[in-house]
This record gives sequence, structure tokens and C-alpha cells, in this order.
Amino acid sequence: MVLNNIEHLLEKYENGETSLKEEQQLKNYFSQETVAPHLEMYKPMFQYFVVNQQEQFTKQLPLKSKKVFNYKWLSIAAVVVLMVSIFITKPFNNEELMLTAAEKTEIKNAKEALAIMSKHLNQGTAQVNYLGAINKAGTQVDYLKEITNPMDRLFKNKK
Amino acid sequence: MVRRNNINQPKEMTQLEFLNVVTPFKDKVFRLAKRLLVSREEAEDATQEVLIKLWKNKAKIKDYKNIEAFSMTMTKNFCFDKLKSKQAQNLKIVHNNYQDHNVSLQKAVELNDSLNWVEKIMQELPEQQKMVVQLRDIEQYDFKDIAKMLDMNETAIRVALSRARKTIREKLTKTHNYGVK
Repeated sequence: MVLNNIEHLLEKYENGETSLKEEQQLKNYFSQETVAPHLEMYKPMFQYFVVNQQEQFTKQLPLKSKKVFNYKWLSIAAVVVLMVSIFITKPFNNEELMLTAAEKTEIKNAKEALAIMSKHLNQGTAQVNYLGAINKAGTQVDYLKEITNPMDRLFKNKK
Repeated sequence: MVRRNNINQPKEMTQLEFLNVVTPFKDKVFRLAKRLLVSREEAEDATQEVLIKLWKNKAKIKDYKNIEAFSMTMTKNFCFDKLKSKQAQNLKIVHNNYQDHNVSLQKAVELNDSLNWVEKIMQELPEQQKMVVQLRDIEQYDFKDIAKMLDMNETAIRVALSRARKTIREKLTKTHNYGVK
């Protein structure tokens, strides 16, 4: 390598203008056994840089992969619960909107039929209402129990 | 679309994957920490801290464009905090004791080691110049990356680098002349 070139590179180097490639050239030059005497003082500097780049981190890394609670699943579960509860409180909310006119009249007919049926059932139960009077009579005859009371007392006294 | 896919991927990095990401630059992290903290032990602790912090954030690691630059910045900040708290606790004396011990010990081993002089000169540089020399002359990062790591513009980096290089050369010239005389 031409000495002139090295001197020129050193000047650029000290001004912070060299490229990485040029800096490598300087490192190569100063790693030689003999360098120009007037450049001798640069030698330890470039050698130091090269040697220092080889220092290694040798300590063991304590890497533990602890199981962290996964909040993603919690949010998924929350969404599921929310959707189920909405479904339970307002079931088939949208279905009414999706029904055709024919289906609607069908439902209406069914409702009417059910209404008539329940009306007749109510009538039936009303007719059997008088049976309640039996219960009433039953309670009215309850005082008869009291007759047994004085009888017991009488027997006790005898003993 | 690609970004979305990355985010949606629920799989966590395994330990092996993490080490594969970190191994190419963990030594650089360590060397930067050592440049700033001087003590090898403290630099090892700092490196450990930085890598463990990365490991804890491994879920986000894939979102970072440049994990290496990010790690170097983390290292710089961590070491600065360390240095600050040290100063606050007046532990500077301990720090100096360590240096003296280090130099005398190495002197005993190899009296005439000129590389130790460079080490000593580097230690006397201002923090910013230390880092710039470390990242450029030792780690050979390009200016764009150093600018990102140190949050400086490239001109400022060149200026700091130039000052540091001149200082090292001047001081080496002095010691070189002493050696000759």
C-alpha cells in the first residue's frame, strides 16, 4: 500500500470523513509488523480497536419463560357470556322481522285459536268453582275438634 | 396486511428463537456497557439487565424494525442511569479505585503494553466521544445506525468522532515520545 495513500486516509480519518471501507484499510495497514516510523503512534490505536472487537459476553442468561395468564381467553369468555345472556333475555329478536306475511297470519291464527281454547278452559274452571264451598264447609266443621279436647282433660283427671 | 399478520400471530418467541435474535449483537451490547461502566462485572450485569428486559418484551420484539439499534440505545440509557446513580451516591472513589487496581494489575502482567495506554486514554474521553468511537471504530456501524442509537445527527457524530480521534492520537504521540526518550 502506498504510504501517501495512508497519510491521506489518516487525515480524512481524523476529520471523521472516512468510510468504513477506508477505515478497514487503515486497520489492515497498522496491523502489519512494521509501519512507517512517523506513523508509529497510530499503531496501538488501530490495534486496540481490532482487539477490542473480539471481547465477548460470556455470562449465562437466566431466561425463564413463566406462564403468564392469558387475558385474551378471558376476554373471549366474557364475550361468550355476554352474547349468551343477550340471547336469553331477548331470544329471536330479529326473527319477527324476517317472517313472511303468510307466516305472520299463521301465527295470528294460532294465537287466536289458543286464546279461544284458554277462554273455554277458564269457563270450565269457573263452573267447577262451587267445589270451593266444600273446603269452606270443612273449615266450618273444624270446631268439632274441640270436643275431643275436654274429653282428653277428663281422662287425664281420672288418672 | 403483513403487519397485521404479525400482530395476530399468538405464538410467543421460544428461548431458542430469542437467543438467535440476540446472539449477533449481545457482545456489542456488552462492549458498549464496558466502555461506559469500565468494570467488567458491572458491564456483565448491565448486559444481563438489557437482555432480560428484551426477553420480557419478546412479544413486541417482532414489531421493532431494528432490534439491534434499539438494544444499543437501551444499553446506553441503562449505563447512563447507572453512572448517574453512582455519582449521586458518591461512589466515584470506588470507581477510581477499581481503575487504579486494574491498571496496576495489568502493568504487573505486561509492563509495556501500549494497548493499555489506548484503553486509559479512551477512559478519559467524554462519555459521548467514548460511545461514538466505540460504535464506529470498534463495532463499525455506519453513521445512520449510530445516529439512531445515540439520537444524534450525523454531523454531530462526525464532529465528536473527529475530536476523539485527534485526542487519542495526540496523547499517544506524547506517550510514544516518552517511550523513545
